[in-house]
Amino acid sequence: MHNFDLVKPSSVAEAVAALGSEGAQALSGGQTLLPSMKQRLAAPERLVSLTDIAEMKGVCRGEEGLVVGAATPHGVVAREAKAHYPALAWLAGEIGDPSVRARGTIGGSLANNDPAACYPAAALASGATIVTDRREIAAGDFFQGLFTTALEEGEIVTSVRFPLPERAAYMKFAQPASRFALVGVFVAQFADGVRVAVTGAGEDGVFRWTEAEGALSADFRPEAVEGLSLSAEGLLGDLHGTPAYRAHLVKVLTKRAVAAA
Amino acid sequence: MPKDGGIGASTLRREDIRFLTGKGRYTADISLRGQAHACFLRSEVAHGRIRSIDTSAAEEMPGVLAVLTGEDFTEVGGNPTGWLVQSRNGATMKEPKRPVLAHGKVRHVGDAYAMVVAETYEQAKDACEAIEADIEELPAIVDMAQAVADSSNRVHDEIEDNVVFDWGWIEENRAAVDAAFETAPHVTTLELVNNRLSPNAMEPRASIGDFDSGTGDYKLYTTSQNPHLTRLLISAFVMGIPENKLTVIAPDVGGGFGSKIYHYGEEAAVLAASKRLNRPVKWVCDRSEAFLSDAHGRDHVTKIQLATDREGNFLALRTETLANMGAYLSNFATCTPTFLHGTLMAGPYRTPLVYVNVKAVLTNTVPVDAYRGAGRPEATYSLERVIDKAADELGIDPWEIRRRNFIDPGAFPYTTPVGLVYDTGNYHATMDKLRELSDVAGFEARAEESRQRGKLRGFGLSTWIEACGIAPSNLVGVLGCRVGLYDAATIRVNATGNISVLVGAHSHGQGHETVFAQLIAEKLGVDANSVEIVHGDTSKIPFGMGTYGSRSLAVCGSAMMKAADKIIDKGKKIAAHMLEAAEGDIEFTDGSFSVAGTDRQKSFAEIAFSAYVPHNYPLETLEPGLEETAFYDPANFTYPAGAYGCEVEVDPETGGVDIVRFTCADDFGNVINPMIVQGQVHGGVAQGIGQALLEGVVYNEDGQLLTGSYMDYAMPRADDVPSFTVDHSCVTPCTHNPLGAKGCGEAGAIGTPPAVVNAVVDALRRAGHDHITHIDMPLTPSRVWTAMQG
Ligand SMILES: Cc1cc2nc3c(=O)[nH]c(=O)nc-3n(C[C@H](O)[C@H](O)[C@H](O)COP(=O)(O)OP(=O)(O)OC[C@H]3O[C@@H](n4cnc5c(N)ncnc54)[C@H](O)[C@@H]3O)c2cc1C
Repeated sequence: MHNFDLVKPSSVAEAVAALGSEGAQALSGGQTLLPSMKQRLAAPERLVSLTDIAEMKGVCRGEEGLVVGAATPHGVVAREAKAHYPALAWLAGEIGDPSVRARGTIGGSLANNDPAACYPAAALASGATIVTDRREIAAGDFFQGLFTTALEEGEIVTSVRFPLPERAAYMKFAQPASRFALVGVFVAQFADGVRVAVTGAGEDGVFRWTEAEGALSADFRPEAVEGLSLSAEGLLGDLHGTPAYRAHLVKVLTKRAVAAA
Repeated sequence: MPKDGGIGASTLRREDIRFLTGKGRYTADISLRGQAHACFLRSEVAHGRIRSIDTSAAEEMPGVLAVLTGEDFTEVGGNPTGWLVQSRNGATMKEPKRPVLAHGKVRHVGDAYAMVVAETYEQAKDACEAIEADIEELPAIVDMAQAVADSSNRVHDEIEDNVVFDWGWIEENRAAVDAAFETAPHVTTLELVNNRLSPNAMEPRASIGDFDSGTGDYKLYTTSQNPHLTRLLISAFVMGIPENKLTVIAPDVGGGFGSKIYHYGEEAAVLAASKRLNRPVKWVCDRSEAFLSDAHGRDHVTKIQLATDREGNFLALRTETLANMGAYLSNFATCTPTFLHGTLMAGPYRTPLVYVNVKAVLTNTVPVDAYRGAGRPEATYSLERVIDKAADELGIDPWEIRRRNFIDPGAFPYTTPVGLVYDTGNYHATMDKLRELSDVAGFEARAEESRQRGKLRGFGLSTWIEACGIAPSNLVGVLGCRVGLYDAATIRVNATGNISVLVGAHSHGQGHETVFAQLIAEKLGVDANSVEIVHGDTSKIPFGMGTYGSRSLAVCGSAMMKAADKIIDKGKKIAAHMLEAAEGDIEFTDGSFSVAGTDRQKSFAEIAFSAYVPHNYPLETLEPGLEETAFYDPANFTYPAGAYGCEVEVDPETGGVDIVRFTCADDFGNVINPMIVQGQVHGGVAQGIGQALLEGVVYNEDGQLLTGSYMDYAMPRADDVPSFTVDHSCVTPCTHNPLGAKGCGEAGAIGTPPAVVNAVVDALRRAGHDHITHIDMPLTPSRVWTAMQG
């Protein structure tokens, strides 16, 4: 690891200011950033820690749904979202291991937009709004391909607002080594329709399976997706699974999510 | 009832207290005054010619003390392979030089070609990045078949077809075997891959070189399973440092599984750097480096054929294997696919004719060497898979076909057609025990219950045998081994009666400190707590060939028994003098020396005291002191064996495999500490499940390692394995060592993979997937699902 400075602001405004300096980067739970620094794949000169900022932490039921502070660790979401959004809480509780859940945060996960991460599926299927220090971004606009988001240089995710579905479930099929999602499917049923978001499978990261959404909006039963098949084109292939296998898993997991919702 | 702390007692492991409370002292925990830190620069290409290495910028970096390259080691020797194997045509194998640091060429991703020593590790690492190497990339040789076929591209320029040897075992039998196949009523053929594994010991390798310019002595602290062997290799082959000027210390070592048997270039490099700088030089491997530089295991591609009659009686067996050596020959690399593999192809069966052919192939990959089981898992896997396939083709029950072919319990000693003499065994007994413990009768009901939940249940059987307790030196000498494979122990009874036992076998997770103390406690009738086991330091222990191949108890334990006999003999002489009796009348039982038929006796402690304070002592005929050393060279291998049963549930929608029951019935001979034996089996089975379902080193065609971290290399975790049923009540004691012990360390890793794969294939075939006869390991969900698609 190369040397760096660490600053620990206590407000979003201070953090934004600190991120204005050359070579500065936001540090949240550090579960992704620190390993890449140790491997010398990243070498920020200054880390701006977000985890001391009170306004960025906590889970809170508001009028427009559930608001989760961006610096809230997965373990806290698993506990505190349970009463309001069990599918989201379950997802958070399945991320990594206890130490990862004690440190890693929702804001870090969304900003990182790993194609195999779990939270992006929840955000997209819920039609969540990503709130930053300067604007609000709809989940559908936020994720822009592998490790790419709509965030601008120095922009900080401060919270995520989840509309609460009538029913929802997340199904994760773990990649055997990393136990990230080989494929993860989040199904959420709202009054105006069903949303299905898929992680782990897309060459461009998280995506919605609109065909299944249509079928499930009409008939919210596992059988409704039976006749559908997702094309393997544009899906990831690696040593853990071919595109065809992933396409197949998307359907299996969608059915299971519907059954579990 | 076993005696408290004696043989047969499940004594808790005394070493665990320090390990579990963070008080273990591993190489990385050792900091010597004034130590500098080393970092190695490793090749990023699989194959390349080194045109030049410019270290000038690196040398100017802050804190940098020295930069060494392959040029600095041209005057010293190479790291040898321990066995010279002959080819079928009588030619001696080819042995490419393995330099301390790559010279001329880099031959695998991770091949170290420069070393920086600096005040801190980070400075050394920074400076590595400043080295400018001009390396001309050459096409990578990754696939073994291609390596053999294309002689224009060579890992080592002087080895034209990349083949180290082409071995036939036993060559004289080949014609008879082939003839039997010509006429056999049935032939079953199977092609399979024994997947390459990365050992992943919990503690990465580490070494500290410490040269004393006052005395000219070198000290090496290192993560080794066999410090004496490492010393021997460094002294006799690599650096030429006389053994009496080199001490090798392997302190606490956090697991090895084979990967720490071998001498690695980093060890020689830190010694050389320490001498140059006149300071201790420390290197600690990180996990990413470990994937790129620790010797890997397995990696065989095999075609196996079994000839039978219609009743499933085995008539002949033959195999053709390509064994991957990687880029250089590691110390045991040539022996693993030959004498630890070909000699086991008879298994526990009566197959009258067996022929094994192995070609050892060089590729631009990390060197491959012995890994828990070493050759025997490869043999067992091929054999137990082809037997299941034959049983299926012939419509014979898998239990029955094995039973029909087992060596009869009355047939021992039994000479196999592949050069071994099994001293004892009872394969029917362990398989019957397994059948009883596996609740075979209840299988159908369990399968039905699984079906209700949409799961496919299958059962897989395997039997296994291994040759361990390595090895009779005269025999291995004939086979090309460059060292002897005895072991040694010194029992030092101190003046007040407590005992230090200095042993050649190194403990790095096995629990020797506990088990060896139990042996001495039983034999000398003393309290186990008064016995201390000392290992891992060449300046303290007499000699030793180390710990691998399930040999420590059978070989080093036997050396301890011999030394203890000498202690007792001497004690009798002392007692005879003190008790004024004839030596022949002295009996030793339960820690006391008595005159037969009387109540006159001396305790062990009194005798020890007298040996060191010899006031009333036969000084004219007997030296004072009570310390004895024994070397033990085994008369034969030991042959533990067993039968394993695995029950799986396959999720037909995802291809995911769940192991729901796993049962082992093993014959380890006499067992000293049942709890530790269970633990060894548990660990071995978990590793076997890892190989069968999860683990696999994958290179792409450019020789880049795709499984270079735990993000892609799947290690078994607690929830990947069921609660095991482990039995070792079937005992046929080894006939030729004083303990009757056979060894248990590798069993699980040997017997498990075929049981798992047989179970998955069984589950799929029961569910109507008749086209599936085999799936290569690891049986990942994706592979299983893909196989099901036809
Ligand atoms: C062993 C292990 C297992 C894991 N398993 C899973 C899994 O199963 N599923 C899963 O989804 N994830 C998994 N993860 C990833 C984990 O969820 C991480 O927490 C997450 O990827 C990053 O969150 P973080 O808070 O640690 O971010 P950091 O590592 O601190 O930062 C990640 C990136 O996001 C940026 N960033 C962080 N916070 C913000 C913000 N508020 N605004 C803007 N940019 C920001 C940083 O600058 C950095 O570029 C695993 C991680 C590990 C180590």
